[in-house]
Amino acid sequence: METIKWEDEHIFQEVDSIIEKYWEEKSPLLCVLQEISLRWHYLPRPLMQHVAEKLDVPSSKVYGVATFYSFLETEPIGQHVVRVCESAPCHVRGAMDVLSTLKRELGIKEGETTRDGKFTLEVTSCLGVCGVAPAMMIDQVTYGNLTPERIREVLTLYN
Amino acid sequence: MAKTTGEMEKKETQNMITIYLDGKEVEVPQGVSVLEACQMEGIHIPTLCYFEGLSPWGGCRICLVEIEGQPNLAASCVTPVREGMKIRTTSKKVREARRANLELLLSNHPLDCQLCDRNGSCELQDLAYQFGVREIHFKGERKTYEVDNSSPSVKRDAERCILCGRCVRTCREVQTVCAIDYANRSFETFISPSLGLPLGESVCVNCGQCILACPTGALSEVSHVDQVWDAIEDPEKFVVLQTAPAIRVSIGEPFGLPPGTISTGKMVAAFRRLGFDRIFDTNFSADLTIIEEGTEFINRVKQGGKLPLITSCSPGWIKFMEHFYPDLMDNVSTCKSPQQMFGAVAKTYYAQKLGIDPQDMIVVSIMPCTAKKFECQREEMSASGCQDVDFSLTTREAARMLKEKGIDLKEMPDEDFDDPLGISTGAAAVFGATGGVMEAALRSVYELLTGKTLEKLDFYPVRGIEGVKEATVEVDGMEVKVAVAHSLSNARQVLDWVRSGEAQYHFIEIMACPGGCIGGGGQPIPTNLENRMKRIEAIYQVDQSLPLRKSHENPAVKQLYKEFLGEPNGEKAHHLLHTHYLAREKM
Amino acid sequence: MFYRMHVLVEMSSTSIPLGAAQIKERLEREVEKAGLSQEIQILESGSLGAAVPSPFIAVYPDNIVYAPVKIGEVKRIVEEHFLKGRPVKDLIYFKEKTPGVHAFLPRSPLAKEKRVVLRNSGLIDPMNIEDYIARDGYLALARVLSLSPEEVIGIVKDSGLLGRGGAGFPTGLKWEFTYKAPGEEKYIVCNADEGEPGTFKDRLILEGDPHSVLEAMAIAGYAVGANTGYIYIRAEYPESIRHLETAIEQANQRGLLGKDIFGSGFDFQVKIRKGAGAYVCGEETALLESIEGGRGEPRVKPPYPPQSGLWGKPTVINNVETLANIPPIILNGPQWFKNIGTPTCPGTKVFTLTGNINNLGLTEVPMGITLRELILEIGGGVAQGNGLKLVQTGGPSGGTMTPDLLDVPMDFDTLPKYNSALGSGALTVIDDTHCIVDVTKNFCRFFLHESCGKCTPCRIGNKRVVEILERISVGEGKMEDLDTLKFLGEHMKTTSFCGLGQAAPNPLLRCLVFFQEEFEAHIVDKKCLTGSCEMNKGQKVLVH
Repeated sequence: METIKWEDEHIFQEVDSIIEKYWEEKSPLLCVLQEISLRWHYLPRPLMQHVAEKLDVPSSKVYGVATFYSFLETEPIGQHVVRVCESAPCHVRGAMDVLSTLKRELGIKEGETTRDGKFTLEVTSCLGVCGVAPAMMIDQVTYGNLTPERIREVLTLYN
Repeated sequence: MAKTTGEMEKKETQNMITIYLDGKEVEVPQGVSVLEACQMEGIHIPTLCYFEGLSPWGGCRICLVEIEGQPNLAASCVTPVREGMKIRTTSKKVREARRANLELLLSNHPLDCQLCDRNGSCELQDLAYQFGVREIHFKGERKTYEVDNSSPSVKRDAERCILCGRCVRTCREVQTVCAIDYANRSFETFISPSLGLPLGESVCVNCGQCILACPTGALSEVSHVDQVWDAIEDPEKFVVLQTAPAIRVSIGEPFGLPPGTISTGKMVAAFRRLGFDRIFDTNFSADLTIIEEGTEFINRVKQGGKLPLITSCSPGWIKFMEHFYPDLMDNVSTCKSPQQMFGAVAKTYYAQKLGIDPQDMIVVSIMPCTAKKFECQREEMSASGCQDVDFSLTTREAARMLKEKGIDLKEMPDEDFDDPLGISTGAAAVFGATGGVMEAALRSVYELLTGKTLEKLDFYPVRGIEGVKEATVEVDGMEVKVAVAHSLSNARQVLDWVRSGEAQYHFIEIMACPGGCIGGGGQPIPTNLENRMKRIEAIYQVDQSLPLRKSHENPAVKQLYKEFLGEPNGEKAHHLLHTHYLAREKM
Repeated sequence: MFYRMHVLVEMSSTSIPLGAAQIKERLEREVEKAGLSQEIQILESGSLGAAVPSPFIAVYPDNIVYAPVKIGEVKRIVEEHFLKGRPVKDLIYFKEKTPGVHAFLPRSPLAKEKRVVLRNSGLIDPMNIEDYIARDGYLALARVLSLSPEEVIGIVKDSGLLGRGGAGFPTGLKWEFTYKAPGEEKYIVCNADEGEPGTFKDRLILEGDPHSVLEAMAIAGYAVGANTGYIYIRAEYPESIRHLETAIEQANQRGLLGKDIFGSGFDFQVKIRKGAGAYVCGEETALLESIEGGRGEPRVKPPYPPQSGLWGKPTVINNVETLANIPPIILNGPQWFKNIGTPTCPGTKVFTLTGNINNLGLTEVPMGITLRELILEIGGGVAQGNGLKLVQTGGPSGGTMTPDLLDVPMDFDTLPKYNSALGSGALTVIDDTHCIVDVTKNFCRFFLHESCGKCTPCRIGNKRVVEILERISVGEGKMEDLDTLKFLGEHMKTTSFCGLGQAAPNPLLRCLVFFQEEFEAHIVDKKCLTGSCEMNKGQKVLVH
């Protein structure tokens, strides 16, 4: 994975332009953190600190918010996040098999990232696509009616 | 605190409603919580996350009560009273539920009370005793965390934390520092300093108010006890002690004396028996501070220097300024705090007098404060060529040392401080209470400027527990506008007025802790409003009882200038007694 | 331009995971290859629900629906049907006789359905405001603007509409409280943080008919005196967010939202705020905390949001489905609405059929329908011919219904009498091949994962419950554990801070009673009666 120097001026400028987008909004902290994590997959400390200063929010609060929500990460994660739904509607339609297939295919356990930094595997609460259970979400895209075969097929899209 | 009194007044004018507490019909003001209503009626409700002066949180679920018609139990701290409400405070259901929540908390707690800083003063321990917990029915995983020793003042042991959030709310609401907040969620929740970094790297100002708020041993001071024992033991070292103005009115508490007992003589005797070579008084250097700071003020007024001048005695306030108000840095007096002035004088003037190498002298302070531990380690604080103050003990640590040695302070005779750094005036005594530095300064500034004798020494408008106090004092034809703020939320208010130009002051006193030093983060637990008031009262009694009540009349200070320092604010005084600040990140 | 044929492709969160985007792309390519691009317009549409398997293609004016469509079948449909005019009989799911494109109202293949909330879903292109307007869209808002706020609140109150988020609080009253609360600044918040496992109705409503929710928010805004509305929506719903963004933009362009709507002087803007993966934010005060940029921890109540909500201002918080009911109530009158459903719970309810059931998806039926009708008739029965073990209604926080309760009417009033709850309308069918310890553990783990951690009973109680269930499921349980579970469950229910912690033990407590012998078998005999859990994988024990 490329190493990024988070203190670089141009990165702060990019963060500033995200902040600019929400400048008119009331309490934009969560919106800004979401955009940063879309852009860089996680919330590096220097950027959280920068956001805290710009928005005049205590950095302890920024960290509290960043660690509260499942979709925000404060440590580096893989290029693609695979989220397997483990809620009951998927569970009773074979979510555990989906999870074990993914573990086997990716060679990692839940909460881990592949050595090449490509995938992070996570278990998540209901994705709201129970009509096609069992389901998973990779980044912003949802996949349903999963079978081991279909999982392998889907993963090739990201290789 | 001003708010609390205000609220009380408001409630008095409010309508009264009728509720039933354990079957007894009572009238309570509309708008109060069930907990407050019970307190008014003398009914005890156990609490954990509730804390005087903070917004209620409702998270610990210990203060549960049963309300007729509601299937679920209610947390009394966040439930407002309603007309006709029927409340049961100790039914079986209530007691069982409270105990179950306590057991749940204990199931995620180390249960090694003997190894804990708060053994004997822990609210969790007290509740377990009161509820008769003999077994924990819900065993399971216990979260483990590393102890955070990164801060020079405050030690965090997250394993002992019960997530009541009193520290978070204190830091946010009382101090507006927001150095800590909740992080993660569910069973993984913990209290984290800014950005998950160690506390020592955060905006924490070391005030220690969180320690006073903590019901358990999750927060405590970084101990200097072992180092002080070693120094006392070391025959090569000449160990000098200084005790802060606020200690003499609170050191009795750990020995069972009522808050506000003046124990000056007993305190001196006790510490002498601990083995210090000299027992001196920070009050001496408090008088010295007034001379330096008063002179600085007069010079600024006369020479059109930067005003308002803001006091610099409180190291918590200083770090707060460095983080959040670096633009007002030039307004802050360059005077070191009394602790540091003492150290600088002891290791130069006094060492020379004794013919001791300052390297062989150890200066120990007993302070009501945790930020003093940070202050004495600041790089700027070594005017003598070595660290001016070596170790700083809190009142709590000092009391523990006495107990370890088996010294019962109550039983001590009254003894006097040693000369010459033990001589002080009433003006120095009042440093311990909010408004005291201002009052002491005004007494001297008035006389030094006018050359007249001040008739009335008591400046009542700057006294008391009001959050922000303002007064206008006529000095030599000049209307001097002063303000006094204690706790950093109140300080912030005053500073924002200064920033915006909304208020024009000449002189401002700021103390980081509510009530001033007597309410400092190093004081005995509990330090609540009631105890603060009693200690303040005692502080003014000390002042009243002394023959000399103006700093510039302190003979030892006069002698110091004559023999050693030269002129106030002169070159030598500047080198030893003044300092500079640095802007820090506002994280 | 005139098209001789309109083709709607289902682009919903149900169909997209099944390749709907690729099907649409293939369809466009084939149509172009056949040289029909000038004659046939390809549009997107929302879900038709459990009635029609996903993904579907609807062809108008022929009124033919192909479902479920596989990508390999697209070529045949285009060549045979579109080019040669010969519908592909073996792929047709159903065929309607009624003519017309947008005037078309499907007679559901399942007569029990009654579409109020889903009146447009699957029939219109949600990305095209014209479609919505053509079906009386924004007419209700226009009508409301000529009434007084009191009159509007009166209509909603008279309709007897109860909040569809789960709690069933009267919507009209909520509006009235907010209207009467003092303050210049007020807010409308649409709760689209649909996190209850098994629930995806709001998602499909927003995907299939976003304007109905926007119109309702503007109506609510007019009624209570608010000029800004926020839609708080899960980050898991990118399609809904995309449709909403387009819909807001189109409505703003046409002056149906924004400044001086219909020249009435009434301003109303709608903003979207995205969640970030926290179930507790469905709790209304936690949701407000989240919009305000904080941790989604529930607030102390009172004060309730109508007095002090978003940024301390009076705020109406309504669920998506609740809002989607508003325009038809305004247009058809409260009496029309009251004629649907039961006397105390008027209207319809959108249910989502999930788990081990043949027809997965959503269905809208009158309130008071029985579980039997939902599961066996609309849902087509338990999948693979297995027996029914239980139905979890309203998600894990709702109620657990056993087969003996199949004939209980489903509404807000009746279910609590059976210790159950209607909740969000999720129905998760669990067949008898599943182990109850495993299922209960799954529900409890969900709450452990989603607890905000603020209060003791929820933060530590859920942890201890899951630990005990984990022990039982690997044969390390003790009989006392069952008493501890019961005690902890009751304790969490009565002492937790918010609804999450209070509801968390619901399935646990019910299952401990209903399936006691299964728990005991794990503890005493060290075996799972279904053989499907961790305990004895592979050595399936036959029952019945």
